[in-house]
Amino acid sequence: MQSILAVDDSASMRQMVSFTLKGAGYHVIEAADGQEAYEKAMTQSVDLVLTDQNMPRMDGVTLVKNLRGLPNYASTPILILTTESGDEMKTKGRAAGATGWLVKPFDPSKLLEVIRKVIR
Amino acid sequence: MGEISNPGLQQDGFDLTQFYTVFFEEARENLANMESMLLDIDIVHPTDEELNAIFRVAHSIKGGAATFGFGDVSLLTHELETLLDRLRRHELSLKRAMVDLLLEAGDVVKAQLAHHQGSSDQSPPSDTLIKRIRAMAAGEAVEVDVADGARCLDIRIGPLTSGAVADGLVELFRDIPSLGTIEALDQGQLSADGLRRFKVTTPSPDSELLELFSFHVSREQVRIAPFGAPAGATGAQAVAKPRATSAQQPTADGEGYGFFVDPKTLVVQSPGKGAAAAGEGDSERRSDGRGRGEKPAAALESTTLRVAVERVDQLINLVGELVITQAMLTQRAKDLDPVQFSSLLGGITDLERSSRHLQETVMSIRMIPMSFVFNRFPRMIRDLASKLGKQIELKMVGEATELDKGLIEKIIDPLTHLVRNSADHGIETPAKRLAAGKLPHGTITLSAAHQGGSILIEVRDDGQGLRRERILNKARERGLPVRDDMTDPEVWALIWEPGFSTADQISDVSGRGVGMDVVRRNITALNGTVELDAAEGYGTRVMVRLPLTLAIMDGMSIGVGGETYILPLASVVESFQVTAGMVQTVGATGRVVKVREEFMPVISLDEVFRVPRQDGDRAPEIMMIVEAEGRRAAVLVDELLGQHQVVVKNLETNYRRVSDISGATILGDGRVALIVDTASLVKRARH
Repeated sequence: MQSILAVDDSASMRQMVSFTLKGAGYHVIEAADGQEAYEKAMTQSVDLVLTDQNMPRMDGVTLVKNLRGLPNYASTPILILTTESGDEMKTKGRAAGATGWLVKPFDPSKLLEVIRKVIR
Repeated sequence: MGEISNPGLQQDGFDLTQFYTVFFEEARENLANMESMLLDIDIVHPTDEELNAIFRVAHSIKGGAATFGFGDVSLLTHELETLLDRLRRHELSLKRAMVDLLLEAGDVVKAQLAHHQGSSDQSPPSDTLIKRIRAMAAGEAVEVDVADGARCLDIRIGPLTSGAVADGLVELFRDIPSLGTIEALDQGQLSADGLRRFKVTTPSPDSELLELFSFHVSREQVRIAPFGAPAGATGAQAVAKPRATSAQQPTADGEGYGFFVDPKTLVVQSPGKGAAAAGEGDSERRSDGRGRGEKPAAALESTTLRVAVERVDQLINLVGELVITQAMLTQRAKDLDPVQFSSLLGGITDLERSSRHLQETVMSIRMIPMSFVFNRFPRMIRDLASKLGKQIELKMVGEATELDKGLIEKIIDPLTHLVRNSADHGIETPAKRLAAGKLPHGTITLSAAHQGGSILIEVRDDGQGLRRERILNKARERGLPVRDDMTDPEVWALIWEPGFSTADQISDVSGRGVGMDVVRRNITALNGTVELDAAEGYGTRVMVRLPLTLAIMDGMSIGVGGETYILPLASVVESFQVTAGMVQTVGATGRVVKVREEFMPVISLDEVFRVPRQDGDRAPEIMMIVEAEGRRAAVLVDELLGQHQVVVKNLETNYRRVSDISGATILGDGRVALIVDTASLVKRARH
């Protein structure tokens, strides 16, 4: 089973993402912010990271930078969730080494569509 | 959560409604956080951390609202986000008006969420608010818009027994100019169904109006609707609707996602091998508990459980019965031979211990920290202070103190009254305070602490205190029996008298009838007591004492002519043997006793309850001094049987209301004993 690390500080978003992904047959590891995600990432490898940008303690872009510094995560796909007006964020995300972005809000089918393009 | 295993949900027909509850709860928490951060923030030097945290609240609610299709919420929070984003980037500097606006917006979001949760019919209008936020975000002054923010409301009060009660509202608007204008639409007459009707133009939100109105009429009697057609509310929804649908289909201007790296190369490139190999061990470990079949709801990661209150109450009732049965067993077993029945008696002792623990644990389920009540006050004080032109600091002590849920809900209104009184009538204006040699800002201290089996809640302010002369004058006007040599406590006690509205005399700020008698009545109804202490020029202190729960009470059992009654221990002051000549007769029927230089009426329980005397002319030998609502009386009884905890059973629901009796309990031997209502007993004797 492929595993996905889902990072969001909002419990309802996390629950929705997690439910959608689990329903599609992925194994989901949840984290409430970048720091927690980073700590979880250090102890295990995943097939994809899906992270929100705005979070307490460590934001999404910083998480991407930090993850790219871990040997296991050098080429793991990482998607950043961003709001519509996030052009500046997209640039930052690319610079940090993110694989792609997904605009918030999204619906569950959109989420699966993106993920299926990245991991199979 | 059985519906989650529905295979249909794994296809594209996702049912988002299942996440609503979590979203609402999260949003409510977020809003409460935002409010407390806004109340604490240093307007001149806000830290980046604070600004970022507040920004995240708006951002997070917006994200959720857009995802779950609450268009009006996402629309409003989007504007907030824009404003807060500029603030955290230091493109704008924080102003007091901004904090006010943010707080107001928080209230509207709360109301919008309540609307989506179905607890209110109308979504609050947010058009003007959004305009004001935009103007603020653009760096414009919003003073002009504030006037536009005024709403025209159709307010109905009632049903009332007298139309004059509602006239207090008109006074309210006269006293607080910033509240707007009010106009009676009925020439002061009650409609056929007992309603008064007003036209009100105000910039204040409903919650504030309700709070102010509650000085004159109860909240349930107030109905607020937009004046004329409810255009405002539908307007907001009309704006919100198209947004909601567009939120569902974000693909209008593209796919809604993109890649910096071509995903096709990525799939080839991304080995997943190394990762998978490393992850192999984990996945095996995971498979036991976190496999595919796992219910997603478990992801809630919650250590708490929501249970219907009725179930807890049922549990409490059952435990009550168990405790009674256990007490019965203990009593029966008393006469058994301890050697012959040692193991049975040991078992009964264990049972007693376990059932006591069980009872304590079950009771603790209903316990809620006082912060549930206290948390509403920082905001209220802030709003009041700016409305009254005062500087008020609120200190809270002991918010973690726990109290029964039923009691906590009933103490909110009386406490709100008391805190309001302190802000309104207690604390002086900065100028007055300075003139009196005090700090310009007044302090209101709210505290809660456990004391024995009760909780002591205190509302204290360092304001002007009460004015003895004015209270005495007012009392004379009302025809109350007063003397100039009354002690201070006696004078203060006057303000608890029904109809003793001191407001127009004591307060220089507003002319509201405060109805302290209502406060006391509410607290007495909870088996509690309230006392007031004041020093002119130095402040006022109101102490409210409540039992921790209404289900269990410490009682003193007394015997009268073969019957057993329970007196609430909290009301018993002392007891002593009756000696000849102690009781004096006054007039035809009145009897009094002099205890420590104080005369008090004597009540014979056997006469009050018409207890049949089979034991001849045995005279009551014990006199118990009881106190209720600050007055004392002496109760004559035959004997004291002991004191113990009793499980209170409501007599009204099980039988019918009986005067001078507040409830019943079942004694260890299975007999029913009535619990004496000391307050009504004392009142009867005093009149």
